[in-house]
Amino acid sequence: MPRHRFELNGQPVSVDVPDEMPLLWVLRDVLQLTGTKYGCGIMQCGACTVHLDGEPTRTCRLPVAEAAGRRVTTIEGLAGDSLHAVQRAWIAEQVPQCGYCQSGQIMSAAALLRRARRPSGAQVEAALAGHICRCGTYARIRRAVARAADALAVAPAWTDEDAGAEDG
Amino acid sequence: MADGPFKVSRRDLLVATGAGAVAGGAALVLGVWYGRRQERFTKRVPSRSQPFAPSIYLAIDGDGLVTIWLTRSEMGQGVSTALPMLIAEELEVELDAVRLEHAVANRNYGPQLTGNSAAVRKLWSPLRQAGAAAREMMIAAAAAQWGVSASECSARDGHAIHGPSGRRSPYGGLVEAAAALPVPAKPRLKPDDALRLLGRRQPRLDVPAKVDGSARFGLDVRLPGLRYATIVRCPIFGGDLAGFDAASVQGRAGVDEVFELDGGVAIVGDSTWAVLSAAEVLDARWDGDAGFDDAQLAARLERGLEAAGHVAREEGDAARWKSGRTVQAEYRTPFLAHATMEPINATAWIRDGRCEIWAPTQAPQGAQRMAMKLTGLAEPNVIVHVTLLGGGFGRRAANIEVRDAVLVAKRVKGPVQLVWSREADVQHDVYRAATAHRLEAALDSEGAPVAWRHRVASPSLMGRTDELDPLMLHGATELPYGIERVEVSWSSVASPVPLGFWRSVAHSYNAFAIECFVDELARAAQQDPVALRRKLLQSAPRHLGVLEKVAAKAGWGAPLAAGLARGVAVHGSFGSFVAMVAEVRRGERGVTVERVVAAVDCGRVVNPQIIEAQIEGGIVFGLTAALHGRIELRAGRVVQSNFHDYPMLRLADMPEVVVEILPSEEEPGGVGEIGVPPIAPAVANALASLGGEPPRELPISHG
Repeated sequence: MPRHRFELNGQPVSVDVPDEMPLLWVLRDVLQLTGTKYGCGIMQCGACTVHLDGEPTRTCRLPVAEAAGRRVTTIEGLAGDSLHAVQRAWIAEQVPQCGYCQSGQIMSAAALLRRARRPSGAQVEAALAGHICRCGTYARIRRAVARAADALAVAPAWTDEDAGAEDG
Repeated sequence: MADGPFKVSRRDLLVATGAGAVAGGAALVLGVWYGRRQERFTKRVPSRSQPFAPSIYLAIDGDGLVTIWLTRSEMGQGVSTALPMLIAEELEVELDAVRLEHAVANRNYGPQLTGNSAAVRKLWSPLRQAGAAAREMMIAAAAAQWGVSASECSARDGHAIHGPSGRRSPYGGLVEAAAALPVPAKPRLKPDDALRLLGRRQPRLDVPAKVDGSARFGLDVRLPGLRYATIVRCPIFGGDLAGFDAASVQGRAGVDEVFELDGGVAIVGDSTWAVLSAAEVLDARWDGDAGFDDAQLAARLERGLEAAGHVAREEGDAARWKSGRTVQAEYRTPFLAHATMEPINATAWIRDGRCEIWAPTQAPQGAQRMAMKLTGLAEPNVIVHVTLLGGGFGRRAANIEVRDAVLVAKRVKGPVQLVWSREADVQHDVYRAATAHRLEAALDSEGAPVAWRHRVASPSLMGRTDELDPLMLHGATELPYGIERVEVSWSSVASPVPLGFWRSVAHSYNAFAIECFVDELARAAQQDPVALRRKLLQSAPRHLGVLEKVAAKAGWGAPLAAGLARGVAVHGSFGSFVAMVAEVRRGERGVTVERVVAAVDCGRVVNPQIIEAQIEGGIVFGLTAALHGRIELRAGRVVQSNFHDYPMLRLADMPEVVVEILPSEEEPGGVGEIGVPPIAPAVANALASLGGEPPRELPISHG
């Protein structure tokens, strides 16, 4: 069995699994990090989104071999010493209902706010277009992204702390 | 840190995933009785360490820690906040000072089924009484210690307080003394003007764990030595396995075992991926009648409309049909899948004469009974832990996957997690029934309807052919409009498609047909749809109340931007009443719903922000169905398989939603399902007012 090494939430990990095993299942079943979710298996729902070298990436079809040597951040690693601004905004706006899709939504929202400090409505829609929430939390997600953007805008500068551990 | 209306605090929402739901060391345990169990309850407070103690909702330990057992499943609808609020209010503890556990299946809890939007409706009084009884015992214990009268004492924030002296004693220190006291049979509930939590916006207790990845759903159960399994089933409804080639998947990395099971093929392996990817390439042959398809369904529904049918309501003078002109219209709704975000799963482990199950289920007691039957084990040896549910919508009351998990667990060693792929979920669901409706009305010379006939033809949820299935007419039989002659009937349509409860059940399609038809009547009589409803709802004050509220809030009648139209609908379900006005545009991208105003009368309110969220969610759920939802049948099987061909509403399609909750002193009504029924007819009515043929078939894009 080939050995695959990558960085997971700031820590080096290595796993002995087939090359083509999707990262999603390496995270969930091998490394037992279950915050990243299986929703559809065909990159339609976004529940399996993590950051791969900082970019929001679906993992349900991503062979683990393609993560080799790269930085993987999951929902469990998004917070630093305190919650990420997006997570705080999600709490403040009381976004989750069942909560199952929210890890993916939060990961995409956090990546968006690194790219665009003040995303337009269209940018938010585009960044989250690949995510399905069956409970219908979309209105609150919009408000939470705006709230997180506000919180980050009043911060003196984009700091590692604001962004959580990922950029640290 | 700007956190708006809600403070950010880290709490642990404990769900029973690991060591079981039995908390040791609980010194004082209280429950609430159910009729004949009263004696048992008042005789002796049972200890939680006795796993089959009678119904028990809360415990307080020597440190003052309050544990609350949830006897309903959290599937997003907010019971893990609303139910603790009922207890905490009366117990006089802060909401963020309680610890939650999902109760294991146990019939001494009374019914644990989560459905029918009934959690708060059923538990409003029992949980408040449980909290109040505990509070009175704490006060009595403190008063005895202080040598004062209990009437001089009160409780607040986990302390008993003696008013005149200002002495305070934390609950933890009173536990032993209180446990020796009799449980008050009729504890006094707080007067309404003393309520601090109920009716006020409270942050959900489950949210912190749902933003940091720590929330545990059924698929997140991880046990030592856990293996994974799936079952490949005949794609043709009613069909069976004809044969399979085990070698087609044996030897694949991670695949341990392949065997025939329950008319399908079970694959067991060391990862979810190993078994789901093996299922995709399994070489299996199936037998079955591949004749059923949409054309057959349509023909059968058509015949159902013409058949004799079973009458559910017939009242008033049939002569009213001769009053004048009649209006008729037909409506169609399709089969629908649930598509909960968390794919279907359950985990089971049979060992040492015990069967332990971890399941995101709406029906833990049903799961327990099923497992008892399958294993032959006695009730105390079948332990069902309830995890968080990644959506339920009625699907997770069916427990098919629990059966799967137990059957596989009987065949293999160690714990096994049974997982359905999304494709299996879409193609082997228990579906919302497809229906056909014929509505007829007679109008008098003023254009007012004086006779109404509603025939529904559909397959039967209860499997009935020769008698009425009243479930299929929910929302139709209880037509609220004041019309002299009313006839409501149903006829059974044969179908091999398995049916299940789907958020708001029959209300979802009956409200569509009825509310669209009322608009047809308004058009026929050249009346305003709100004005006509107002006239017909004079004897239905709560329907009327939400109608008036929504009309005012939405600015009904005020001019709109070009291309936009408003539609209205009002519907009562699950003890609550909802009216909606949708503002809709038909453009190049199809139908766009820009804004929805909802007025809600759900009686006494527990937590307004959860009600708002449920109405928002109900609108999205209903809109997804209205605009996109359709399960098609071809060659005896479901055509759709995943989100690419069974699409869901996405963020860009989300309308602005305004929710108005009417103040009410009525008993609490349901909340989780009531937002679904009115949205499809409100949208269809808006489109009809834009001109052209009114939408009479769902999804609107299809009709």
